[in-house]
Amino acid sequence: MSNELLKVENLEVQFKSGSTVTKAVNGVSFTLNRKENIGIVGESGSGKSVTATSLLRLIPSPPGHISGGKILFEGKDLLTLSDKEMRDIRGNDISMIFQDPLTSLNPVFTVGDQIMESIKLHQKVSKKEAKQKAIQMLQLVGIPAPEKRLNMYPHEFSGGMRQRVMIAIALSCNPKLLIADEPTTALDVTVQAQILELMKKLQDEFNTSIIMITHDLGVVWEICHKVLVMYAGNVIEYGTVEEIHDHPMHPYTWGLLDSQITENIEDHEMLTTIPGSPPDLRQEIKGCPFAPRCSYTQDICFSKAPEMVEVKEKHFVACHFQTKENRLNRKERSTHVRAVVKS
Amino acid sequence: MGKYILGRILNMIPTLLIVAVIIFLITRMLPGNPAAVMLGPQASAEEIEVLTEKLGLNEPLYIQFFDYIGNLLQGNLGNSLTYNMPIIDLIMERFPNTVILAVSALLIAILVGVPAGIIAARKQNSIFDYAFTTFSLMGVSMPIFWLGIMLVLFFSVNLGWFPATGMGSMDEGIGDFISHLILPSIALATIPTAQFARITRSSMLEVISQDYVKTARSKGLHEFFVICKHAFKNALTPLLTVLGLQISSMLGGAVLTETIFSWPGIGLLIIDAIGKRDFVVVQNMVIFIALIYVVVNLLVDISYKLVNPRIKYSSGKGGTK
Ligand SMILES: Nc1ncnc2c1ncn2[C@@H]1O[C@H](COP(=O)(O)OP(=O)(O)O)[C@@H](O)[C@H]1O
Ligand SMILES: [Mg+2]
Repeated sequence: MSNELLKVENLEVQFKSGSTVTKAVNGVSFTLNRKENIGIVGESGSGKSVTATSLLRLIPSPPGHISGGKILFEGKDLLTLSDKEMRDIRGNDISMIFQDPLTSLNPVFTVGDQIMESIKLHQKVSKKEAKQKAIQMLQLVGIPAPEKRLNMYPHEFSGGMRQRVMIAIALSCNPKLLIADEPTTALDVTVQAQILELMKKLQDEFNTSIIMITHDLGVVWEICHKVLVMYAGNVIEYGTVEEIHDHPMHPYTWGLLDSQITENIEDHEMLTTIPGSPPDLRQEIKGCPFAPRCSYTQDICFSKAPEMVEVKEKHFVACHFQTKENRLNRKERSTHVRAVVKS
Repeated sequence: MGKYILGRILNMIPTLLIVAVIIFLITRMLPGNPAAVMLGPQASAEEIEVLTEKLGLNEPLYIQFFDYIGNLLQGNLGNSLTYNMPIIDLIMERFPNTVILAVSALLIAILVGVPAGIIAARKQNSIFDYAFTTFSLMGVSMPIFWLGIMLVLFFSVNLGWFPATGMGSMDEGIGDFISHLILPSIALATIPTAQFARITRSSMLEVISQDYVKTARSKGLHEFFVICKHAFKNALTPLLTVLGLQISSMLGGAVLTETIFSWPGIGLLIIDAIGKRDFVVVQNMVIFIALIYVVVNLLVDISYKLVNPRIKYSSGKGGTK
């Protein structure tokens, strides 16, 4: 069994409406090994969710469609599978949890029904065994009195509890890959920490690889082995967590790092934001997509798109000035600062 | 829930009483002495007088009213002089025929309207969707009597496929029965079919882009179950409301349809009885229809709970909050 679980090559996803084409994902590549976690970070609109949903071929079509690339899962290209084969993978080998637990469970079915549905679909078990398994899953995700909870409806659960239920559904068939699209963003801070803790614990138990989409870099440092930094549908930096944490290279990644609220930030310390906003994906982008917002630009940035270069082992960057030979000096964070407003 | 249903049943009484009062006043306001009309032009003045007394029509209005309400509360519906039988037997004879017509129309409406609405929602903005929108709009605005006459002209008179009037008999075989049933059912089903289709489309469109539908797909469910189980059950609440309204208004539609197709149900009976000034039949049939109306509405309200676990019933004044 090869150690490589997922290899995405040059994935392209477009949305067509009338004559306009939105290039939401524009050549994303990465690999993920078994039991490894990868974080996908980037501002909102950078194509993280579209990338993740494409992996399960769940892009709403029309208007969306996967216009190029390969998604090799255990060596098979998912894009060449039949609908039936793809359904056998969804919820079984690869499952997904979404951002908003308040809307991602079906309000008119009991929680038990929703967990058992997956189990009955993918495993040859009796109704009774499915129920047993559902109770066990609820227990695992830390829901008290699972036998009783099984017959309750989602509206009788809190947000954090519902996300636990979603995790129970996602893990009920022992998937090899779990895609978590901002699983904690919609939750209270304290609940966020509990859910993350739970995911970490369960990943050890289930040996599942996780694709963690987040804009909280803290989460990435904590649970991921690799990071993919996305901007305007492109990967602009990709590497191991150690590399990206200690030696981030792309000016956009620097911006992301500077704009994180860290624990040890002082009251009067400054927090930077990246000026400007991401480009309109409906228009052809010439040059580097980040150039209009970058404070290191030269002429070439506006005329030629930078290639992805492996500047160090396991560290790829797409910037004209970050290559094997050249390095860009990171400026002091002085520009575009705003005070942290503490309430 | 039990308390809620009891409350609702008690609530029906005033509704039915109001209907009783109104229909009483209307039948008494019809021009002409009912006794004279019932007996026909050849009747003598004495005969008319005897019948008037027998029917209690010489009593003051309020006495007539209390007699009538009193009998009603005892479940005593009285006898029809023109049909020469107890009202209750008349209902037992005619009502099943109306039920047959209404149920087959309802089946057509559900089996055609709901799938059409689902497909239109799935293929929003396709050619099918545009055709669907046009036809369903035509359907809801179709006058039943006009449609009924057109159906008769085309399928009975021109093509000779189906009989134009009457109700077939099972004694003649199921074929005879069904061929009589088809045209009136289609006439009665047209408006509800279009209504179901439109409401299904719009509520499915609302539901289809929800996150839980995405969750259902991500579990590996077949698209059929994603749509027909996860999405559709969420779209059911508005559909149930329309179902209740349509069953109720089908009672009105049945009167028209039965008249056009001479279908021997309670609709035709009422029209007949009005012509014969048999106010006893008219009164009782109207109250009977009102009773069906409120019962259907109660059943619909109860079934909300079955499709939507978030609805909690408060006992007492009814309503579904
Ligand atoms: N259903 C859709 N229809 C049209 N465009 C879409 C759709 N979903 C996403 N997009 C486009 O894809 C871009 C990336 O979206 P997304 O992947 O959701 O970003 P994020 O990184 O915040 O998850 C959006 O800016 C939008 O232009
Ligand atoms: Mg997103």
